[in-house]
Amino acid sequence: MYSRAYKASVTIPPLLWVTVFLLIPYAILFCYSFWSVSPAQVIVHNWNLQDYLQLARNPIYVHVLLRSMRIAASVTVFALLLGYPLAYYLSFHAAKRKDLLYQLVIIPLWASYLVRGYAWKTILGSDGVLNGFLQYLHITHKPVAFFLYSPFAVVITLTHIYTPFTLLPIYASLEHIPRNLVEASHDLGSSPWSTFRRVILPLSLPGVLAGATFAFVLTLGDFLAPLLVGGPSGIMISNVVVSLFGAAYNWPLGAAISFCMMLLVVTLLFITERLEKRLAVS
Amino acid sequence: MTKATPIAAAAGTALSAAVPILSIRQVIKRFGQRPVLRGISLDVASGEFLTILGESGSGKTTLLRLIAGLEDLDSGEIWMGAERLDRISAHRRQVNTVFQSYAIFPHLSVFENVAYGLRAKNTAKSEIPERVTQALAMVKMGEFAQAAPAKLSGGQQQRVALARALVNRPRVLLLDEPLSALDANLRRQMQVELKSLQREVGITFIFVTHDQEEAMALSDRVALLRAGLLEQVAPPREIYGEPDTAYAAQFIGQTNLLRAEIRDGTASAGSIVWRTSGAPGKATYSLRPECIRLVTESAGLPFADAASARFRGRVRDQAFGGAMDLIEIDCGGAQSVRARIANPGILTGEREFEFAANDAVRVREGEPE
Repeated sequence: MYSRAYKASVTIPPLLWVTVFLLIPYAILFCYSFWSVSPAQVIVHNWNLQDYLQLARNPIYVHVLLRSMRIAASVTVFALLLGYPLAYYLSFHAAKRKDLLYQLVIIPLWASYLVRGYAWKTILGSDGVLNGFLQYLHITHKPVAFFLYSPFAVVITLTHIYTPFTLLPIYASLEHIPRNLVEASHDLGSSPWSTFRRVILPLSLPGVLAGATFAFVLTLGDFLAPLLVGGPSGIMISNVVVSLFGAAYNWPLGAAISFCMMLLVVTLLFITERLEKRLAVS
Repeated sequence: MTKATPIAAAAGTALSAAVPILSIRQVIKRFGQRPVLRGISLDVASGEFLTILGESGSGKTTLLRLIAGLEDLDSGEIWMGAERLDRISAHRRQVNTVFQSYAIFPHLSVFENVAYGLRAKNTAKSEIPERVTQALAMVKMGEFAQAAPAKLSGGQQQRVALARALVNRPRVLLLDEPLSALDANLRRQMQVELKSLQREVGITFIFVTHDQEEAMALSDRVALLRAGLLEQVAPPREIYGEPDTAYAAQFIGQTNLLRAEIRDGTASAGSIVWRTSGAPGKATYSLRPECIRLVTESAGLPFADAASARFRGRVRDQAFGGAMDLIEIDCGGAQSVRARIANPGILTGEREFEFAANDAVRVREGEPE
């Protein structure tokens, strides 16, 4: 048995960490969301629901939130479309190249998010790599403007950044499929395609769900990519929060939005976790 | 391969007279540089229960996987009737496998596991429930149709795996050490059931095992595999009674190997001497422990008569074995033999033993040819 001192030394630091850096800030945030800003630009502690009501009443917030969700959904779909085939190839067909390819998937995660964001800026810009290439090939005659500073640019950038997060859980779930199940399926007369559909895909669904959740949740809360490549039409909900806490100096409203976002994400995580449990078969 | 004793020859013709359902011809398989199968030729008769017996690493599972199409061969041919089996992919072969670890689909119910092959082959929807129910009833798993595989015991999963394979009515059923994960009692019971099931459905079974007792109990013929080559292919009684090689004699049952010198129609291994028609020179003989009897009334040594041989030896050890005791006999020199004798009482000191001269079977030593 472990001594009390040992138990305390193991449990207290993380508890302390969570309390100081998570619970207390969230509690403060929660309080802020019920306060308001006086005309003299002072935050006053008069408890009310004004901020939440304003969120419901002013369509701009709902509009930006819906756009954020649309972008998150697009990134999720693209990350799955890119991540699944690659994970499948890695797990089933890469053979000797497996370790190398796996490292190649991981390496981009070591590069700073900002670097990758700026890289896309130089690729998608008016005199960027992509436009230069298209004009060189005489496919276009002047720079295509909508590549950069658009939801499109945000989706591309975030797909690039979050695909590894989607791929890894899918890869893990594929690696866990006993290979003799695949052999049994062939043996029982299933073609490779039908084996994929009837055995591999169903058994990898928990990984797909985990990967999709990563992509969706991380994108939904992202504010750097829209800032770097989004432009006005690519603004996402987190940018609104950032500006409310910054230039707009409306912390209570920012806190209210943050809190709604948090509820949304927590609900989402709760649902996907239950789904994952149901899909996972021992 | 087969020796021409009348019974064995009769059994041999009965099996080979039928058209072979499966014909394996000069099959070679390497994993990288390592040869696993070094030229296997084997005909399997329709309706036969053939066991591929061998130690781990002998290549027996690889041979099975080649037939199933889960591995590609390096050279040679496998024919099923008039069809070149090794040229078609696994999912098109009329062969099904029962895997060692069962390989039951965890995300499907027992019913859907069994229906899997039928659905893959686009069997009429109306036919599926009946055939699945039938197959499950055959392995006594009818009541578990809707169960999740995770809830089943090893033995039950084994039965589901069997039903899942048999429901497709394969021309050949391959079984890869299917009983090795079961405990001893369940194993005995499954052996009996497997044997009667095979009789009932009349499908050719190719059964892989490293357990020689299991091979003897189940098979019409045993193919003994050694380091990628066939050592001997024969019915169990023949391979036991007339082993071709010292390896076969030792691998299948226990035996005494007597390294004898033959001169003037007499073979002598130390103090053990018996009459033989073998050619003069050195030769190895296999003498099964149960062929040695205890002599109670002393007659002349070394020959009681032309057909039997007698020798004296000191009882070094006696292990009680229920029906038969295992006795270590020191015959002087470096020679010692084991005898299996029923109800011998407690034996001590020097005793006299006897065996029939033709129970000492001449065997070949060394690598398979």
